[in-house]
Amino acid sequence: MKKLLLAIALLVPSLAFAAGSSHPLDKADYDLTDQASLQNGARIFMNYCLGCHQQQYQRYSRTFADLGIPTELGAEYLQFTGEKPTDYITTPMPQADAAVWFGAPPPDLTLVARVRGADWLYTYLRTFYVDDSKTFGVNNLVFPNVGMPHVLQELQGTPRISYEEAMVDGEMVERYVGIVADGNGELNAEEYDKAILDLVNYLEYTGEPSRLESEAIGKGVLIFIFIFFVFAYLLKKDYWRGIKK
Amino acid sequence: MSNVSVDAKQPASDNQPENTNRRKFLTVATSVIGGIGAVGAAVPFVASWNPSAKAKAAGADVEVDISGIAPGQLIRVMWRSKPVWVVRRTPELLSSLEAHEDQLRDPNSENEQQPSFAQNRYRSLKDEYLVLVGICTHLGCSPQHLAEGAFAEYAEGVAEGFFCPCHGSKFDMAGRVFAGVPAPLNLVVPPYQYLDDNTLLIGSEA
Amino acid sequence: MNALLNWFEQRIPVMRVANMHAIQYPAPVNMNFWYVFGFLATIVLVNQIVTGVWLTMNFEPSAERAFASVEYIMREVDYGWLIRYMHSTGASAFFIVVYMHMFRGMIYGSYQKPRELLWVFGMLIYLALMAEAFMGYVLPWGQMSYWGAQVIVSLFSAIPVIGPDLVVWIQGDYVISGATLNRFFALHVIALPLVIVILVFLHIIALHEVGSNNPDGIAIKHKKGSLSEEEKTNYEIHEYYTSKYDIADDVVPFFPHIVLKDLVAFSIFLAGFAYVMFFAPEMGGKFLEHPNFEIANPLKTPAHIFPVWYFTPFYAILKAVPDKLFGVLTMFGAIGALFALPWLDRGNVRSWRYRSGLHKWNLIVFAIVFIFLGYLGGTPQENWKIIASQIATVMYFGFFGLLWIYSKNEKTKPVPTRIR
Repeated sequence: MKKLLLAIALLVPSLAFAAGSSHPLDKADYDLTDQASLQNGARIFMNYCLGCHQQQYQRYSRTFADLGIPTELGAEYLQFTGEKPTDYITTPMPQADAAVWFGAPPPDLTLVARVRGADWLYTYLRTFYVDDSKTFGVNNLVFPNVGMPHVLQELQGTPRISYEEAMVDGEMVERYVGIVADGNGELNAEEYDKAILDLVNYLEYTGEPSRLESEAIGKGVLIFIFIFFVFAYLLKKDYWRGIKK
Repeated sequence: MSNVSVDAKQPASDNQPENTNRRKFLTVATSVIGGIGAVGAAVPFVASWNPSAKAKAAGADVEVDISGIAPGQLIRVMWRSKPVWVVRRTPELLSSLEAHEDQLRDPNSENEQQPSFAQNRYRSLKDEYLVLVGICTHLGCSPQHLAEGAFAEYAEGVAEGFFCPCHGSKFDMAGRVFAGVPAPLNLVVPPYQYLDDNTLLIGSEA
Repeated sequence: MNALLNWFEQRIPVMRVANMHAIQYPAPVNMNFWYVFGFLATIVLVNQIVTGVWLTMNFEPSAERAFASVEYIMREVDYGWLIRYMHSTGASAFFIVVYMHMFRGMIYGSYQKPRELLWVFGMLIYLALMAEAFMGYVLPWGQMSYWGAQVIVSLFSAIPVIGPDLVVWIQGDYVISGATLNRFFALHVIALPLVIVILVFLHIIALHEVGSNNPDGIAIKHKKGSLSEEEKTNYEIHEYYTSKYDIADDVVPFFPHIVLKDLVAFSIFLAGFAYVMFFAPEMGGKFLEHPNFEIANPLKTPAHIFPVWYFTPFYAILKAVPDKLFGVLTMFGAIGALFALPWLDRGNVRSWRYRSGLHKWNLIVFAIVFIFLGYLGGTPQENWKIIASQIATVMYFGFFGLLWIYSKNEKTKPVPTRIR
């Protein structure tokens, strides 16, 4: 009966359904210590994503400080919304209108890396393909029927699914090979993958800005605990010497 | 080593003369390390009470464009949730500040109510512009700016000043408190600097 | 210093209480690794309370602000992220420690006479802890907070006659909403912690009254006058115990021996805790579930709704029964069976060291089944899992049934009279 409840809940008009695709995910080899990569990712985000998506839990100033960007430069080249560098990263797009235009308001992306994972994001942004039956002319292999247009198309070029013919179990089938862009983008395939990796790196950062600090402190704490353990153990042994169980 | 029956008589943890120093050392060492650990563990809890990024953002310096202020005019801005006045004083007003110094409690600003650059007769960085925190130093009301002779009914011979309606405290046009009023101190001059001739930055000195 | 202590002692028995319960308390000398978890549980409880208080300083318990205030703590409060992770890691650590603690009770028969009440207090703590953890998880108001609350609260609608009204009453609204969040906040922050602390206090009092069990399951306190001077302990044990019993030479004083033992265990536990906290606080989505980093959306149901890992065995039992009401009853029955353990076990040999091979197997299979049920309850549904969870549920209850059957005339090994 609880399944019935779930089924009913699922049937309630859901504006956005969690994507159910089993497309294999590529590994996103991001590096949070690579500030150049993070800066590039921030640049891409501000230039392409901020039009619709916001990062309302993250302040510009925090991003500049963590990414090694001087505040004046950041405010001039990376900040397109808000008045002061200490403002949160908001989008100029009115959310109510966005809900009408896209079917659902474009989600806030501050924490998207913690919800979806880096591999998912990396693969998602690289598996858009031309599909004339869709509103925006594109579909996506990782998130089928996604309501998002391919904003990065000018970087990637027109993406198409490429198939090859192969014999499987004695039958001729069309096997999926990958996404191939037409070559009319600003970046070639390798550069595009790197740009997406930078963007994913940036999103991983905004999901948890404290990650690097946490691991740095953690190392020191573990070493300290080990030292304490050694002394506590020797002290315990000293008092328990000769006591048979 | 003692045999089993002796063990039963004397608990093995006692009676270890050759190890007493070792035991003391280990006890002290473990306690000290443990103490350091306890202090370290307290750090995040104590630090979390510091002003957060939100508080720091709200308390940030405020830029004020003073190019549009007419001579004799006062404008009000908010800095750290407090009212701050910027007054453009006329030359006549500036020269009149000397005359009533015998009526003031602290005419030379000896009490630390201002940055060092404001410890002068005009209590400002540049003579022309006066910057004050608009909170009476008695109990915190915001005084009224009385100009064009309206102040004279409260302070004889002084045409312009700040009058606090709550308990009657009076301040002159350099923010200096009059004697014989409840307020004990001159109005506070906040730290500020000129970013250029038309822009003040309230909240920090140069 | 002594004068100061005496001044207090005359007015409130600080030294007497400290001696009775923490210094001169007789502890069995053979207490092993399984015996550290009670102490660790108390440490984790203190951790949850202290970090909880600190989180409450910045958390805003409204549907509109809860999620944002958690991110505010994570990003803008100095070390807020650390305090949050201490709390979330602590919640999972609490259950790891408590499950180990309970299993120790099962294998050594610590629930048998005269410790039945001790066991019952422990089970009450476990119940309160589950309620506390459930409500705590709702507070961040993420997708899993909201939908987990939705599923679990709706279980109460299975109760005949009053069910649906009861659900509305619990929610304070026609759906899970800010009203629910606010009342869960009040219960989580003060009501249940108070209940838990009182129960822990009673639990320890009950323990000290009957004395600690040990891995051999045999008594360390003997009838007064039954032991010779040689057989009695030489350690300074409080007269509250020595006046009523002869304490055998199988004990060590709680301080410093057990305290030091616990300190070593604490440092090992702390290392694991710190590793998780600083390097893997999400624990692959097990301690902090991924969907919960998305703000609650009543219009969007997550593809998979699971409770946090420590509830998953019971969730599997719930799902195994096709009928809603019976599913709920079975799930609560699973916990009820644990309550009844002191009376279901009709044997009088405590420790599995001296009991039959069947009993050992029964316990080991029970542990495996419990973990397997957790796996079934915490992963997406598949067809084979439906049958598997039904079999596992039967096996779970089978443990209690079998125990009741064989414990009456069990073939046990001879139990030594003394530990050493």
